Amino acid sequence: MSNAIGEATPSGGSSLHRFANPGRFLRLSGIVLPWLIGPAVVLTGVGLGWGLFFAPADWQQGDAVRIMYVHVPSAWLASSGYFGLALASLFSLVWRHPLADLAAVEIGPVGAGFTALCLATGSLWGKPMWGAWWVWDARLTSVLVLLFLYLGHIVLVRAFDDPVRGYRAGSILALVGVINLPIIKFSVDWWNTLHQPASIGLTGSSMAPEMLWPLLVSALGFTFAFAAIVTGRLRAAVMERRIRGLLMAKAGAR
Amino acid sequence: MTHLPYIAASYALAVLVLGWFSIGTWVRVGVARKRLAAIDPRRASLGERVVR
Repeated sequence: MSNAIGEATPSGGSSLHRFANPGRFLRLSGIVLPWLIGPAVVLTGVGLGWGLFFAPADWQQGDAVRIMYVHVPSAWLASSGYFGLALASLFSLVWRHPLADLAAVEIGPVGAGFTALCLATGSLWGKPMWGAWWVWDARLTSVLVLLFLYLGHIVLVRAFDDPVRGYRAGSILALVGVINLPIIKFSVDWWNTLHQPASIGLTGSSMAPEMLWPLLVSALGFTFAFAAIVTGRLRAAVMERRIRGLLMAKAGAR
Repeated sequence: MTHLPYIAASYALAVLVLGWFSIGTWVRVGVARKRLAAIDPRRASLGERVVR
């Protein structure tokens, strides 16, 4: 059985493969995308503006704490983006879902961008607070490894003449790299690190509400922005693949 | 405001990263839609039909 994206998919009428139809995906994503872009713009703007101008300065860090409203959301998106990449890779390897292949390819650069932003803003906070741009701390090092995993995935999926081989190799790397996510999360508990432990948990937060709320709004805005960017890139990738398929069919018909 | 250069650089980087990906995606979708419309107008309109 071949789907309209142009790749063979297993037969059996799996509900997952219904969404491999590019027309259906484009229709669905066309409806969803404005509902991602709107909240992304509003929440990111409000969250960053609130954090920059209205949230209180920290008694110890001073105004440098405002870097947190960029740094923490980008750190969350770096890890959760990689989780999304691993999930897409799982769908790609196990169910041979062609949209999952494209999703993994499109998540990679966006996740790498957010990870680089997390590291850069962490560095900009570290210099005035710790007196160093960089320390080989367990949290910082494990996030640097995450950036290398993203970059490795970006390179690997494009390294083969046969794209399917690239998708499979990239999927294996992404799934192996998942081991880094709990290391990032628990590095501040497992090792004696310079990086502070988590201030927000499932059961509550040790942060003042005046700082917590703008952080949560900013994080939600970043999440919508990440989702909107990936959905938009995926729409473009589906159309580009369709264009390649049509051009090849036209060339073959001549 | 203390540490202003570090704060300004952080927010500028955030705007740069978000802007870069957003504008890049917008341009890429636009180019793909136009190319698809030129090759196969019926399929290019698939993504827009429900939105209208």
